[in-house]
Amino acid sequence: MNLISDAIAWLFAPEQWEGKDGLQTLLGEHLLFTVLSVLIAGVIAIPAGWAIGHTGKGREIAVAAAGIARAVPSFGLLILLVLLFGVTHKPAAALVSFVVLAIPSLLAGAYTGFEAIDRKTIDAARAMGMTEWQVLLKVEIPLGLSLLVGGLRAATLQVVATVTIAAYVNLGGLGLPIITGLNLRRFDMVLGGSLMVAVLALLLDLVLAIVQKASVPRGLVHRRTTTKNHDADHLPVQDEELT
Amino acid sequence: MIEFENISKHYPDGTKAVSDFSLQIPAHSSTVFVGSSGCGKTTLLRMINRMVDPSAGTVRIDGEDISTKNAVELRRSIGYVMQNSGLLPHFSVADNIATVPRLMGESRKTSRRRALELMDTVGLSATMADRYPHQLSGGQQQRVGVARGLASDPNILLMDEPFGAVDPIVRAELQNELLRLQKELDKTIVFVTHDIDEAFLLGDQVVILAAGAQKLQVGSPSEIIENPANDFVASFIGAQRGSRALSVKQTAHGPVLVDAQGRTQGRLVEDRLNP
Repeated sequence: MNLISDAIAWLFAPEQWEGKDGLQTLLGEHLLFTVLSVLIAGVIAIPAGWAIGHTGKGREIAVAAAGIARAVPSFGLLILLVLLFGVTHKPAAALVSFVVLAIPSLLAGAYTGFEAIDRKTIDAARAMGMTEWQVLLKVEIPLGLSLLVGGLRAATLQVVATVTIAAYVNLGGLGLPIITGLNLRRFDMVLGGSLMVAVLALLLDLVLAIVQKASVPRGLVHRRTTTKNHDADHLPVQDEELT
Repeated sequence: MIEFENISKHYPDGTKAVSDFSLQIPAHSSTVFVGSSGCGKTTLLRMINRMVDPSAGTVRIDGEDISTKNAVELRRSIGYVMQNSGLLPHFSVADNIATVPRLMGESRKTSRRRALELMDTVGLSATMADRYPHQLSGGQQQRVGVARGLASDPNILLMDEPFGAVDPIVRAELQNELLRLQKELDKTIVFVTHDIDEAFLLGDQVVILAAGAQKLQVGSPSEIIENPANDFVASFIGAQRGSRALSVKQTAHGPVLVDAQGRTQGRLVEDRLNP
């Protein structure tokens, strides 16, 4: 029997979808961690990115901080934080390491979204008598939205892949069958778990791709191609951590 | 009336964009700042709606020092038309024109009615109201820009090289349209250009500027052409060239005017009437 069909057989076996450690529970945990981490990262990174984009100040600091955050290995950070926070705070430690992972892409999405707007458009808005808040709400946010959603896509993809390591510290998620399977040398389990993560990542990316398309304001639709290229320049989708 | 009184603008890096500039801009007429790029003409224009604040000196509108006014309210009360129209790409034509009335709290319905009226005024068909800027030609975008500048019925209209980016034919059309509008609306227009022909065509008062917003000559187009203040002005306005240096040549069909190269530029009509 080949490994793929074994994995699929394992995935669709009714017993995998039952009980406390059933795949539906693991999937729920995985999603919860992903959504919560991206949400917290968004609450921190989006206003910060917008502030940088709007004022044009603090960009160097943001780039440096994002660079550092990108260079931090998530697994190492997770273990370090579990040790620092203590074993009773494992979920918090895991969340922090995923938030750190998600921040750079969201931050870059937020400020590059603003930076990509023609300076003349913003100047005109101000010259017509928009207050700074009106410039932000009526011009910068709508015009920068699609690049921000691009950042959200990149962040979500990275986090959904990385949440797999939560299982190492007994927090469940779809990493559990992968780790258990490795220990038991049950490669159908390992592959089955990996497939689940991969499919989840693809589905989330698809949903966000649709959201990104919808977030391009009417009147700008012809520029979608340029928007995309720009997006690709700044926000490489990193999926190297799908262990 | 707009008054510049001993205006200077220095930037932190030491550049002096404007030094001790004074000027009176009469109401209900058009004043054109003309000069080569980087001479500070746009800086002067943007001081009128406080997009730039002078380092020293006072700008007054109808006797009131504008630095004491709220910048946002001041800008809403002054029309501003810029190069490449500066339209908001995600707003429809009508919404672009209605921006200022909306900011000032007009209802959606009233603002839209106003926008449609203005589209008519600047010669745009009402069918374009729901299009987006990128669906319009450069000339049409510029008309939308002018309509937007007029939306709050301001007394003052600032125009920063508004026709710089359109082709010569459309530019001529827009210039004539502006002259017609000005006859109807009688605004105080301050216009910036680097094109001396445009300045002479549109300006009641023309201000010729050199680097550092140095005033070389201020006067009506006729005054400047008849008596350029110095050689620089003479060469800047092309007083020795083209259609500004004409001589009479007698031909079989009556006297004509020729330029320095001997090309006929026009006929001498009065002489034909009174031989």
